[in-house]
Amino acid sequence: MTIIKHELRQGKVSFLIWTGAIGFLLAVCVFLFPEMKNEMERVNDLFSSMGSFTAAFGMDQVNFGTLIGYYAVECGNVLGLGGAFYAALVAVNTLSKEERERTAEFLFTHPVSRIRVLTEKGLAVLIQITAMNLIICVLSVGSMTVIGEEIPWKELSLLHLAYYLLQIELAGICFGISAFIKKGSAGIGLGIAALLYFLNLIANITETADFLKYITPFAYCEGADIVADGSLDGTRILIGMAVALLGVGGAYLQYNRKDLHG
Amino acid sequence: MALNLTIDKGEFFGFIGPNGAGKSTTIRLLLGLISPTSGNAQILGNDIQKEKQTILQHVGYLPSEAAFYPGMKVKEVLSLSAALRKKNCTKEAQKLCERLELDPSRKVDELSFGNRKKVSIVCALQSTPSLLILDEPTGGLDPLMQREFFEILKEQNQQGATIFLSSHVLSEIQRNCTRAAIIREGSIIACDSVDTLAKTNAKRITVHGHVNLEGLEGVRDRIHANGTIRFLYSGNWNRLLQTLSAGSISDLTISEPDLEEIFLHYYERAGDPV
Repeated sequence: MTIIKHELRQGKVSFLIWTGAIGFLLAVCVFLFPEMKNEMERVNDLFSSMGSFTAAFGMDQVNFGTLIGYYAVECGNVLGLGGAFYAALVAVNTLSKEERERTAEFLFTHPVSRIRVLTEKGLAVLIQITAMNLIICVLSVGSMTVIGEEIPWKELSLLHLAYYLLQIELAGICFGISAFIKKGSAGIGLGIAALLYFLNLIANITETADFLKYITPFAYCEGADIVADGSLDGTRILIGMAVALLGVGGAYLQYNRKDLHG
Repeated sequence: MALNLTIDKGEFFGFIGPNGAGKSTTIRLLLGLISPTSGNAQILGNDIQKEKQTILQHVGYLPSEAAFYPGMKVKEVLSLSAALRKKNCTKEAQKLCERLELDPSRKVDELSFGNRKKVSIVCALQSTPSLLILDEPTGGLDPLMQREFFEILKEQNQQGATIFLSSHVLSEIQRNCTRAAIIREGSIIACDSVDTLAKTNAKRITVHGHVNLEGLEGVRDRIHANGTIRFLYSGNWNRLLQTLSAGSISDLTISEPDLEEIFLHYYERAGDPV
């Protein structure tokens, strides 16, 4: 528990900034909905006539006249990208920072096994991601209540669950990478999150790149699909969780035999 | 690296070598930060690879360069260190902070190099470990603090702690350690009591006046300055006296060389002039 508490304390500022920023943007998006609803015909026409851009963001499959349709695309992008960036950053830094900031010597000359450090650090990442998602859920539901809309509990829960799983997958991958590197971790984390996001956009635009939907976790977070199907894509999620486990397993294998410098 | 080294319980042991000789690598191996490619080592009867946690429970380590987590106060770093050892070290930490004049309420980011060193010292000593491994411990400490630090070490040593002091400051090894090893390119080239290491056939000769040392065998480290000639001599004493009597000398001193000179002597003997 000591390392979990320490990690949470160390990541407090970053957590507050990311959670605050994503929560604020989501709330602003929700608060804009009543105005958008009044101009729905024009908005629907506008959003459905942007060619590839429309397909890329799944705007051809949802009705902007409904709160969940609007939320799935507008808020989905904020939470999807923001949450992915945060999860990637936290996870990719968690192990690499010890060598980069030369604190590995301090930590690992105390009687703590590397397995314990990895486990507690991994749990700290999970706690931060979970806490961020819970706070954002509350803010989201709160802002929907404020604008007087009926809350689409099922779709909203599925959407938020999908984004949570996306963040877990990315965190798993980045946790694995974190065990191998000591410098440039932020760039790698953000780069991977951005790359997977754009792979999903490409997959949405062209059918020939449909296979990318089995690579990028953003595919199972497609708000339009979730709203339309009323369920999550189990296969893609299973693949994603397997990848996350591989990342975590890789971290244990590598970090346990790694020579630590700094 | 290929080291053979045994240190007895309760010893105040010095580990000497210049930068890059392998002192820190040896320590990092002993603490399990890096793995050996071959060989083995035991600390307090425990294998360094198989029983790392048991070893670290009894070891206090002072690194040559102290790095701490950003944004933490001194007292938070000390608490974290104690918590990782699952020990309550509050009283000992307070005592050490007072003796080393370290303010626990300050942020570690704002501390000077010397004060950061003090934080490391308190971290290493607050759990009163059975073995203290100190890597260049006095860097950044002023002379008064160095004296206080070695006082604390001597007290811990008298209470039974074994101390492994790695340093290239030979005077602090000579003053404080009972035994020492000299490391060169990853190998021990000498290991004995400090007194024995300091004893050598060579003597430090200081001559005021004029004397011609050409052709005299066993002369090393010759320095001419302001009418004074200083050199280490390990040759035939009759030949030296004959050579000196042929010169014009106003004063002559023959003394034991200090450990620094011995150290250089070992390095030169190993074929690598320093």
